Amino acid sequence: MTLLDHVPSEAQRRRSAYRHRQTVHSVVVAACSTAALGTLLVVAVTGAPGWDRVRQSFLDPEIARDALPAVLSGLWLNVRLLVCCAVGALLLGLVIAVLRTLRGPVFFPVRALAAGYTYTFRGLPLIIVLYLLTLGVPGLRLQGMPPVLVLGGAALVLTYGGYLAEVFRAGIESVHPSQLAAARSLGLTYRQTMRHVVLPQAVRRVAPPLLNDVVALQKDVGLVSLAGPIDAVRAAQIATAQSFNYTPYVVAGVLFVLLAIPLIAVTDWVTLRAARRQSGG
Amino acid sequence: MELLRCRGLRKEFAGQVVLDQLDLTVSEHQVVALIGASGSGKSTLLRCVNLLEELDDGTIELDGEDISDPRVDPDRVRRRIGMVFQAYNLFPHLSVLENVTLAPRRVHRRARAEAEAQARELLDRVGLGARADAYPDRLSGGQQQRVAIVRALANSPRLMLLDEVTSALDPELVGEVLAMIRDLKADGMTMVLATHEMSFAREVADQVCFLDQGRVVESGPPEQVLGEPTQPRTRQFLHRIIEAGRL
Ligand SMILES: Nc1ncnc2c1ncn2[C@@H]1O[C@H](COP(=O)(O)OP(=O)(O)OP(=O)(O)O)[C@@H](O)[C@H]1O
Ligand SMILES: [Mg+2]
Repeated sequence: MTLLDHVPSEAQRRRSAYRHRQTVHSVVVAACSTAALGTLLVVAVTGAPGWDRVRQSFLDPEIARDALPAVLSGLWLNVRLLVCCAVGALLLGLVIAVLRTLRGPVFFPVRALAAGYTYTFRGLPLIIVLYLLTLGVPGLRLQGMPPVLVLGGAALVLTYGGYLAEVFRAGIESVHPSQLAAARSLGLTYRQTMRHVVLPQAVRRVAPPLLNDVVALQKDVGLVSLAGPIDAVRAAQIATAQSFNYTPYVVAGVLFVLLAIPLIAVTDWVTLRAARRQSGG
Repeated sequence: MELLRCRGLRKEFAGQVVLDQLDLTVSEHQVVALIGASGSGKSTLLRCVNLLEELDDGTIELDGEDISDPRVDPDRVRRRIGMVFQAYNLFPHLSVLENVTLAPRRVHRRARAEAEAQARELLDRVGLGARADAYPDRLSGGQQQRVAIVRALANSPRLMLLDEVTSALDPELVGEVLAMIRDLKADGMTMVLATHEMSFAREVADQVCFLDQGRVVESGPPEQVLGEPTQPRTRQFLHRIIEAGRL
């Protein structure tokens, strides 16, 4: 950074001008090559012999308009489910990861249970968990049975909690033992050390992979429709069956991508920041 | 008055004896320097006193209380002992001020404003008041180590354990940390410090202990241990140090 009253030397001015010319040059080259590639793609796709057929059955604007309300209301279900399940799975994962770090014979059963949980639910396909919970549990005919949607959400939380617990655990183990020694030497208890020293560093370090799993969860929440509730993909499927046209799937696909963009952008930003912090210190 | 008394300490790592029948007594307001070759057990001794390592034998008394008794709550003991590490071990996710106030707030349950006022005063005293809101990775090594010392002092410890606090520092930064330790001595702080800085040990220590293979081979006033050592192994060690130009 140059201070206000600093007059750059002749050499510095020449360097700045050169860098400026280089930047302009790069932008022009990038624009040209993008335009060329884009034209090539459009020509290749629209010039293909089957293009008209494909356009009719996948990109029909009228059908898209008709299907949109149903797909959107399905998407609303996806969004609500994503928020609840993401929060639930993150909390569950964190708790399991912390339980697995407890030492001492008293905690043996807790540790064993937590370890058993992560092994089981990371191995079990999500669809099976979903079926077991949404079809099997109501079969018990217990009083006050929660609705299918809640059971489906629980299946997602249980499955993703297992993955996230391992991500958290990796983060906890990446905190150097000298940090623990420093905290304990100050008289902090194990719990205080975890809460104020280990977990903040661990979570910061694994924030990118955690968010990545949330992006994956976003695509999997739709699977609850296997048990009845209508999500965006299921709504598109129904609309497709009515119109004998695949356009509703494209509509749902585009909406999903639009929904994912902010989440992915946040993930990239967090990753970049984490990388910067690490190289900075 | 005796503040710390270690008797017959023994510590093994994987069958290797690191502390062997080690005795050490430290009186109140006394500064004891531990010297000895790399691997002689200086760090291990300090870690044992702070109950960061479990003893294999022997007893440690602090203020007349047997702290090596397994029924003693180690967190309570550590509150009375400040420890500073060779690699500073500051918490990278906390600012300087938060590093210093963490223990007062969480361990001693002080109010935030009170803890911060005390921390700022301590930081001001060592010339770090302006860096209170910086993060550790923005500080020089010497500044980080001084923050680590302040962090330990914020607990108002009875005893300070300093483990080679200058050996990770560039030579021109060593002075500022040593000056701080000198001030601590002037304030009457009881300290046990492991060090490779012989001239500093000579200047600041009331007693120098030469450790070799986990035993105190020779101990006494610095002029005697560093000037006229009686034990051949002490002489050998000091000879090597002189050859390396560190005395
Ligand atoms: N956690 C550990 N596990 C196994 N061995 C250890 C451990 N900590 C220390 N040791 C061993 O104990 C011996 C004494 O180590 P210690 O760190 O106390 O020496 P030191 O006198 O502090 O040396 P230095 O001057 O290099 O710091 C060394 O041989 C070391 O390898
Ligand atoms: Mg050491």
